[in-house]
Amino acid sequence: MSFDNAYEAVSEANDEARWAFGTGFEDPLSGVDTSLPSGVDGDDLAAYCLMLGDDALIMSHRLQQWCTRAPELEDEVALANIGLDLLGQARLLLTRAAKAEGSGRSEDSLASFRDEHEFRNVRLAELSTHDTADFAGVIAQLLVFSTWRLALLQRLTDSRDPVLAAIAAKGVKEVTYHRDYAAQWTVRLGDGTDYSHQRMQSALDDLWPYVGELFESHSVVERLPDIAVEPSELRVEFDDVLTQVCSAATLTVPDAPARAGVSGRTGRDGVHTEAMGYLLSEMQSVARAHPEATW
Amino acid sequence: MTLRPPPTPHGAHPETTTEPLEAHFEHTIEADQRIEPRDWVPEKYRATLIRQIAQHAHSEIIGMQPEGNWITRAPSLRRKAILLAKVQDEAGHGLYLYSAAETLGADRRDLTERLISGKQKYSSIFNYPTLTFADVGVIGWLVDGAAICNQVPLCRCSYGPYARGMIRICKEESFHQRQGYELLMTMMRGTDAQREMVQESTNRWWWPSLMMFGPPDGDSPNTAQSMSWKIKRHTNDELRQRFVDMTVPQAEALGVTLPDPDLRWNAERASYDFGEIDWSEFKEVLRGNGPCNAQRVAHRKRAHDEGAWVREAAAAYARKHREAV
Repeated sequence: MSFDNAYEAVSEANDEARWAFGTGFEDPLSGVDTSLPSGVDGDDLAAYCLMLGDDALIMSHRLQQWCTRAPELEDEVALANIGLDLLGQARLLLTRAAKAEGSGRSEDSLASFRDEHEFRNVRLAELSTHDTADFAGVIAQLLVFSTWRLALLQRLTDSRDPVLAAIAAKGVKEVTYHRDYAAQWTVRLGDGTDYSHQRMQSALDDLWPYVGELFESHSVVERLPDIAVEPSELRVEFDDVLTQVCSAATLTVPDAPARAGVSGRTGRDGVHTEAMGYLLSEMQSVARAHPEATW
Repeated sequence: MTLRPPPTPHGAHPETTTEPLEAHFEHTIEADQRIEPRDWVPEKYRATLIRQIAQHAHSEIIGMQPEGNWITRAPSLRRKAILLAKVQDEAGHGLYLYSAAETLGADRRDLTERLISGKQKYSSIFNYPTLTFADVGVIGWLVDGAAICNQVPLCRCSYGPYARGMIRICKEESFHQRQGYELLMTMMRGTDAQREMVQESTNRWWWPSLMMFGPPDGDSPNTAQSMSWKIKRHTNDELRQRFVDMTVPQAEALGVTLPDPDLRWNAERASYDFGEIDWSEFKEVLRGNGPCNAQRVAHRKRAHDEGAWVREAAAAYARKHREAV
């Protein structure tokens, strides 16, 4: 950018390919073969893409709700940035799901016109923290979510589905930052004041019952060997990272039993918390009021 | 006049006469060169700039609220991403601007206190509510459009850090304006309900957008001094006229009507004539009685207060680890 002439600088073509912090217009699927890999059931692949896509979409929604509520401007920027990254991942994954199921649906019809029981995100992603201004809560949620997701995406880069592998490769770079951001705040809050230590510890304690669900296997995953990542494989890495971060933060890694589902069914099967209905009624309200509209 | 202590690190002893410094300052302004943070400036120039930059920063931060209101409800994921990125940009603009104010010796914490205690203002436009998703597009088109008209001249402002910050901000604002307009174009090609939504939104935002340029020239006491210091380059009425002339053809292209029966082309002036602005409403909103003044400041204050323990924790952590080194 030149500073010699202010008027010229303003009208100069944007050479930075940037339109907001941390986001670019590069197409992560450029040059990638988007046809379905052979021998794969389209519905299973779609269901798997929805799982990972809904995780990102719903977690992004929870971060969007923090907008204008962060403790410092730098954190406004950071939380919005993380929300944007996850939204970008959700768009790619929902688009892949639509293609795999071959129904003619789009990322938007999947986001706005599915009912609650059709959403396949883990319950951890839908937990609400903005309404009680619980910054320790959102940091704990993000630490757990991004540590788990990073381990997952790293393995997904080897997926036999080239689209999932490409989405994962882009996601790894993004989620590495998300985890770093959450870990840094966990350490600052844990090793800050007595009060912040207590807040950070109870935030981790409160969400820990939702951690077990992240590592449960699922029949859809089992039917997609070489394509999907087996969640139980991620636990060791997850525990290692959480132990390191908690140790630096003078916090204790919680130990609490997993929260049960309903007849064994949890988020991945479309059985959510009571918060999910409110989340969707907000997220889908405008789209559903104008089903014929284009935006 | 005596010199102020830092942030003028090369300042002379307080008792020293300031005449040569004033002469240098006047010469810099006269020659259309930039004043930089190390330069001596008259106290009133410093105060005027701090006030203006702080109000601008506050406007970016408060402006996140009306648009942020629609992020979670955005009807498509693409629009959601665009809106979230835009609101994030506004937080970034706030950061640049607070930093520019800090080069003049202001303190961000202090400026934030002034905002939430109501001692410093922000742009009154953000005291209007966003009631439909069309408002997202109309704010981009009209409010960002008006902001650009106001702000492009600031890229030539005499104070270097502000002028450079404004170049970047204006580039991003013009991007936001195009995105807003593109949303409206898409909506106008959509359903009848969408077209009605755009028209209704335009009706609500048109007059407040014209008020963004401030009171008429005859009623703007600070303009003359700011213009002589080249902080401000055009009068309120000049900028307002430029905005109207730019916007009318855009409204025609869009297919919406601007809600002013007196709006018509004046061939003699080669400009559009337009109706009388309701200055009593402008003054009421400025006085704090707009639809959302109380809500906007209370929201900002709540977020700030609720974040106090987090900032204290970060400071405590930094202290501990500084001592440990």
